Amino acid sequence: MTGFFDRLFRRNKTTPRRSSAEDIRTAPLSEEQLKAVTRLDAPIQPAQYIVGCAQSVGMQRDHNEDTIFVLNSLLSGGDQAIPAGLFIIADGMGGHEHGEVASAVAARVMADTLLTQLHGLFTGGGMDGQETSLQEILASGVAAAQRAVTSKAPGGGTTLTVALALGSQIIIAHVGDSRAYLFSVAGSIHAITQDHSLVQRLIELGELSEEEARVYPHRNVLYRAIGQVDPLHPDIHSHEFPHPGYLMLCSDGLWGVVPESEIFQIVQKSASVDEACRRLVEAANNEGGPDNISVILVKYPR
Amino acid sequence: MGSVYRARDLHFPNVVKLVAVKEMINAAPDPAVRASIVQTFEREANILATLSHPAIPKIFDYFTHEERSYLVLEYIHGKDLEALLTDTSQFFPEDQVIAWSIEILDLLQFLHTHKPEPIIFRDMKPSNVMINQNNHVVMVDFGIAKIFREGQRGTMVGTEGYSPPEQYRGEATMQADLYALGATMHHLLTRHDPRLEAPFTFAERPIRQINASISPDLEAIVNTALMYNPNDRFPSAQAMKDALMAVARKTGALDRVDIRTMQVAPSESSIRPKWIYACEDEIRGSVVCENNVVYVGALDNNLYAVDAQSGGFVWKYATSGGIVSRPALADGVLYVGSEDAHVYAIAAKSGQMIWAYQTDGPVRSSPRVAEGHVFFGCDDHYLYAVNLVAARRLWRVETGGMIRSSPFVTKDFLYFGNDEGEFHCLDFRGQTKWKFNTKRGIVSSPLVDHDTVYFCGLDSQLYALDARSGWAIWRFRMGKGSISSPCRTETGVIAGSADGNIYCVDAGSAREIWRFKTDHQVSGSPLIWKDTVYCGSADGYLYALDYRTGRLRWKYMTGGAITGTPVVYNDTLYFGSTDHNLYAFEL
Repeated sequence: MTGFFDRLFRRNKTTPRRSSAEDIRTAPLSEEQLKAVTRLDAPIQPAQYIVGCAQSVGMQRDHNEDTIFVLNSLLSGGDQAIPAGLFIIADGMGGHEHGEVASAVAARVMADTLLTQLHGLFTGGGMDGQETSLQEILASGVAAAQRAVTSKAPGGGTTLTVALALGSQIIIAHVGDSRAYLFSVAGSIHAITQDHSLVQRLIELGELSEEEARVYPHRNVLYRAIGQVDPLHPDIHSHEFPHPGYLMLCSDGLWGVVPESEIFQIVQKSASVDEACRRLVEAANNEGGPDNISVILVKYPR
Repeated sequence: MGSVYRARDLHFPNVVKLVAVKEMINAAPDPAVRASIVQTFEREANILATLSHPAIPKIFDYFTHEERSYLVLEYIHGKDLEALLTDTSQFFPEDQVIAWSIEILDLLQFLHTHKPEPIIFRDMKPSNVMINQNNHVVMVDFGIAKIFREGQRGTMVGTEGYSPPEQYRGEATMQADLYALGATMHHLLTRHDPRLEAPFTFAERPIRQINASISPDLEAIVNTALMYNPNDRFPSAQAMKDALMAVARKTGALDRVDIRTMQVAPSESSIRPKWIYACEDEIRGSVVCENNVVYVGALDNNLYAVDAQSGGFVWKYATSGGIVSRPALADGVLYVGSEDAHVYAIAAKSGQMIWAYQTDGPVRSSPRVAEGHVFFGCDDHYLYAVNLVAARRLWRVETGGMIRSSPFVTKDFLYFGNDEGEFHCLDFRGQTKWKFNTKRGIVSSPLVDHDTVYFCGLDSQLYALDARSGWAIWRFRMGKGSISSPCRTETGVIAGSADGNIYCVDAGSAREIWRFKTDHQVSGSPLIWKDTVYCGSADGYLYALDYRTGRLRWKYMTGGAITGTPVVYNDTLYFGSTDHNLYAFEL
């Protein structure tokens, strides 16, 4: 104990720990990694999002219940261009009838609601007459999706993860266990959404360990999903888009099978976002592809 | 288990700041379980850090090193009740036990009604109740320690002797906390240690048989709390507290002892200004400091220069109108706007006027200096850009409303609002980049941080707009309009409102993190310095709050409303009040 405090506060000169060299786990950087950090990218003009996406039914299911929506826009001409994008992933719930109807309806109604109210954002126009904030508009989109799923796919349910990107702002609306991740080119990957799943809740409560969770029988039970819970409380929050960096949306067919570190590696080592998306889907299928796989990858270069 | 160390915080080398470092040993053999315990520990530490109650020690930090986790918390000068029981041989006076119990119940009520989820203390016993130097209760050993106990699920927590029957079945409820408090009170009143007796036998040791000085009313309350069946106990901490308060009123204990509940603030007497400088009229604006001199304008038309150390007069410069804004300082020159429709450039050393620039209306917006120009708004509806050297106007932009909001200047743009509710973003050529409309006026001065601009409106909203495009990302509704200028913490945005509150709002989700209620409108603006937010209110107080929890650290009463923004310079806090005085506090 005293040894630890000595080290912590540097009160006494202590000999370095015997095992200090072994503690350093950093391997030499690979060629690809070196290239990624050393290449002196000139800033791309105009500032824009580069978007890739991929979908696969997986190796064990016979139909696809995931829906994705991608809209990438830019109006450049003056001295300043602000890219805007709308990215949606919905994963229909397997156990329910109309799983694919639910995910399609939720994604379409969400896109409809946002485009009706925010067309100016995608055509580079001003926000004249903007009465409500983007977070409130996203909340109204979730509510509309909820109403639509309840009436068009009764009994069906779906996750819904929406990212509205505007320059270096990302606003997320999220229900269920699809995920949004942010990663910077040089640094880390981290999920910015929280799964509304029973296992995640049990882990948070300290009732299950991560290890136990992987084999827990009810690991795909959601406690919050579009069309299933009323009243619905979506998570809505904004984040800063790392610049340069990536935004990734994916269904549990990817994140539940491919570890985050591997996802990060694949994106790092791919020459383009399309290639990265394709390789991510392959990686999930190589692991058995137990579920539908959907991924949207948005690069925001310098 | 673990130990608690008394430690000294070496971030403050010149003073002795003691902290308690609580060590918890993670004995789980399985690495996955161990990791999840650390995760739970960190989450609980975060919850604890957000709790704001005088009976909860402040959390300063936490960390994990190998198999040990540490919590750094406020050091409580005092003794726990177990030690007090050991050190004394007399019965505790009834008044005293009532006072401590009411304070404990005040905390239990706070925990049990915590949102989103109630917090159960689970381990109420004499050794977890600290009595500090002022004879007030501070509860230690929160649930946090329990997650480190062996056997995660279904096993018993709580201390034998004090725990209710249902806790042995693994149930932790609010009634369990009330039972344990009853057991603790029984122990204090009778000096019979329940751990030495068979469980649930309090009824066999009636309080008044052992200690006849106790009133029957108090005995009845303890007996109710100790009922075997949870449904026969008090329904809530509040109900038990109300019952105790009634007894305290009846026996007169309420008048004899000092009972602190949540609303009561820490003592003010220990906070004294280093000096006070009296101006001839109200100070409504803010101060600026440089080279050991404090500069402030007042409604008496003067700009004052006051020695920052002693509060002694250095010079003053008289304009022909009141000064209600903050002067800008650049390269030894002060730029100050006056209600006499001028902006003055004044040599900071001598107080000599260098030039005066005339506008078409009173200047109440604080000037900002950037790119060789001074930018300011004016009641004549224009935003001005004036060259520092030549005192010549580069441009002015008509906005259709009085500009009292002070522009925020970034690398590329200027941001400000006007009293017609328009929020403007201009570039350095005076071209409008974008404009955002609100329904009421904007007097608050914006803050730009990470491509987001924050400001308050008289329409009661706190806005977060994308600084490049002007789209509103979120808005947060306060009880009334606000002219307070927001400031940022790492996670939150803090601003005052005319509804009397100081709010802290999560910058990502726009959810309220905390609010602090003052007794009048908060027209002043907050300042964050180290871990404290300083903000004045129209109730005359300058408040110092913990910026993570909104908990009151101290407050100081001036003789008038405080409407400016405090400033910290060389570890000293400076602010003016409408009681004409400029105050300096050593921090």
